[in-house]
Amino acid sequence: MEQLFTVGEPIQDAKAPAGPLQDQWEARRFGAKLINPANRRKLSVIMVGTGLAGASAAATLGEAGYHVKSFCYQDSPRRAHSIAAQGGINAAKNYRNDGDSIRRLFYDTVKGGDYRSRESNVYRLAEVSSSIIDQCVAQGVPFARDYGGLLDTRSFGGVQVSRTFYARGQTGQQLLLGAYQALERQVNAGTVEVNTRHEMLELIVINGKARGVVVRDLVSGTLETHLADAVVLATGGYSNVYYLSTNAMGCNTSATWRAHRKGALFANPCFTQIHPTCIPVSGEHQSKLTLMSESLRNDGRIWVPVKAGDTRAPGDIPAAERDYYLERQYPAFGNLVPRDVASRAAKNQCDSGHGVGPGGRGVYLDLADAIARLGRDAIEEKYGNLLDMYQKITDEDPYRVPMRIYPAVHYTMGGLWVDYDLESSIPGLFVIGEANYSDHGANRLGASALMQGLADGYFILPNTINDYLAKNPVAAADSSHPEAVKALDTVRGRLERFLSINGSRTVDSFHKELGAIVWEYCGMERNAEGLEHAVGLIRALKEEFWTDVKVTGVNEELNQTLERAGRVGDFFELAELMCIDALHRAESCGSHFRTESQTDDGEALRDDAEFAYVAAWEFTGEDSPPRLRKENLEYHNVELAQRSYK
Amino acid sequence: MNITVRIWRQHDRAAAGRMVSYGVDGISPDMSFLEMLDVLNDQLTAVGDDPVAFDHDCREGICGMCSLVINGIAHGPEALTTTCQLYMRHFNDGDTIDVEPWRSQAFPILRDLVVDRSAMDRIIQAGGYISAPTGSAPDAAATLVPKKDADRAFDAAVCIGCGACIAACPNGSGMLFTGAKANHLGVLPQGQTERHERALAMVNQHDAEGFGGCTQIGECTAVCPVGIPLDMISFLNADVLSALPRKQD
Repeated sequence: MEQLFTVGEPIQDAKAPAGPLQDQWEARRFGAKLINPANRRKLSVIMVGTGLAGASAAATLGEAGYHVKSFCYQDSPRRAHSIAAQGGINAAKNYRNDGDSIRRLFYDTVKGGDYRSRESNVYRLAEVSSSIIDQCVAQGVPFARDYGGLLDTRSFGGVQVSRTFYARGQTGQQLLLGAYQALERQVNAGTVEVNTRHEMLELIVINGKARGVVVRDLVSGTLETHLADAVVLATGGYSNVYYLSTNAMGCNTSATWRAHRKGALFANPCFTQIHPTCIPVSGEHQSKLTLMSESLRNDGRIWVPVKAGDTRAPGDIPAAERDYYLERQYPAFGNLVPRDVASRAAKNQCDSGHGVGPGGRGVYLDLADAIARLGRDAIEEKYGNLLDMYQKITDEDPYRVPMRIYPAVHYTMGGLWVDYDLESSIPGLFVIGEANYSDHGANRLGASALMQGLADGYFILPNTINDYLAKNPVAAADSSHPEAVKALDTVRGRLERFLSINGSRTVDSFHKELGAIVWEYCGMERNAEGLEHAVGLIRALKEEFWTDVKVTGVNEELNQTLERAGRVGDFFELAELMCIDALHRAESCGSHFRTESQTDDGEALRDDAEFAYVAAWEFTGEDSPPRLRKENLEYHNVELAQRSYK
Repeated sequence: MNITVRIWRQHDRAAAGRMVSYGVDGISPDMSFLEMLDVLNDQLTAVGDDPVAFDHDCREGICGMCSLVINGIAHGPEALTTTCQLYMRHFNDGDTIDVEPWRSQAFPILRDLVVDRSAMDRIIQAGGYISAPTGSAPDAAATLVPKKDADRAFDAAVCIGCGACIAACPNGSGMLFTGAKANHLGVLPQGQTERHERALAMVNQHDAEGFGGCTQIGECTAVCPVGIPLDMISFLNADVLSALPRKQD
């Protein structure tokens, strides 16, 4: 096979301050140049995306006095997909007096990420976690409370302390509404302008600095260029490369991928999280998958029939003929093992014929014992909305019949590479939330995505972007600048190309086929042979896409097919890079399980001597192989160990 | 299942619209209503027709983007269910189903089934928040919140902002949506300082957007996919009344 990638110079400096971990963030903030409040209103920042990271950052920068231009593809900033996060948000408050601390949250996150994240960033995340809870409570986020009026917490997958704050099963919704309200408050104050139903299709780089974006008004089709002093991407993850995922239908990689093509390094694209507790696929028509919060694993017990191919109804299978396989294999953590471990265990049970439900791709998550112990009301109070949702989708009553669950793609740890300041390799382009790769290594722990999104948006970016803005004054530029014109022409050319193909297959049919390839070869288990095969399949399908896709209508109208075509076009390119990344990383770590690299009892086997680095990929051209730039990871505060949840 | 859908087609805000019938065959009862529309759109694309534009995103009932009037009912026949969580098993083989956009003066139609709901954002901009600048917050445990207040706030805060309440209201009133926000923030200790002014500012914006007045008909709560109760509006009205005398000071 041809050479799939080349190796370039390692990344020398991630800009983390020297000194002990616990002093770094303070040192960085003190070292950052500040901007006089009177001068801030002369500076503008483009914020793409209005999820937890984007809304919180836009609100906070607006409060500071900057002029913020915010964009989202939805019809309201409140609908960004953070809204669907269910389980909770971690914070090292130690309200439970159960041994939690900043250091333990840091340690759990590094360990949970299987030692593929940067110590300095993760420590800072743990450090600001408590302030997030304070901020959200002040905004009116109705977290769960106990009868004394204090905040309730629960424990969540992969940890042994109770540090997860929650708002029933819809924590993401409540946190996002808090950030959305803060954002709208700034709209009212005149510091933030929100452009809804606008999608970013290109990044504008002038003299090596990110200066603006090309967006399409999704109602009229008008292409617009917007320029500013800095650009922030808060555009979420790329799970929809798999077609079927728990992401919203519109979630896409276009903003991050376009930035990648303009020079931003893309880090660890193969680190994608498969969530263990989703509702299984019911048929060919399926358009998306629905998550059931893993908080259910606190009270639900996961089992399959001992006998392979057992088709009896779950209630007819006596206790002795049930295999509570997580409790059996991992007695210390039981049903609360991290997501990657739980997902692969479910896959193994189904592969060996013990799966339940249609096609045998499911395992039981059984609440019966918890209902007997705590009563139906207590379970309803904790999980009511989730269980209602399950019933609507499956037509089965989870209070009486064990739920059926199966893993599904849920979150992407990979994303644009950023330094300690959350700045990408393009000066002036900052990346926050799921869109960056920074804090979760090879596997994210439950309830840490909300924490990271809000940490980046409320507390970290607003304390680093000022340093960039203070040190990098730029000449004013408008949409007549040659780079802006060029970027607009690129976008127009691409849209016209889609509309002129007039082939025979729908955009969705290509997307489904692409997703099936990525799921099969770059999903829960990967190996060299499969990944090489996948690269070939993806390239062939991409060629077919660009010659046979059918996009109806014109650009100058509300055209949802055209929107999807652009997103799928970018997914093709990303899918190939994911497979190359997965292929080059010949170790197993976290979510990335290479069948060639496992322990005797089938657990992921890391290779720290070879792979203790971040794989940041450089775009080198349409038909030229990507270049690997390594950021070596050094651990001075945790000892690298083989993860064990036994 | 084979069904017929009659769908509102309208090219843009200025164009005239009309109902158009389409047959959709081979529908599985386990498909969601929106997946049935996906099948229809594949059919239309295959023959070179423009697919039907409709809003949707999370497809799990939480983002509030989906917005269809199905057989005359906002979000369709199942109680406490968004359009995206409605399944074809609730319909019968051979049914004819009417599908229309949210209809309200404050929601202009952008195309087919897609409407402009930005008026709801502007109500929130007018006051639907607690002024809590980042970094200024006291410790989260500093203020106790009685569980019943936290629960009441939560029951209001679950509003997904879809606008079904407005689509269903014969007056085109947005008082349930506005009332839910007034309740969410108004029962919490953190929201007391701005409570009455918040309610008044939101109601003023509500009226300025062209939403109608509330006459306590209750269609709003009947179609609400998350069950926001009607008494949210009484709470809002009480807060507005409390704000008025102060305004005259």
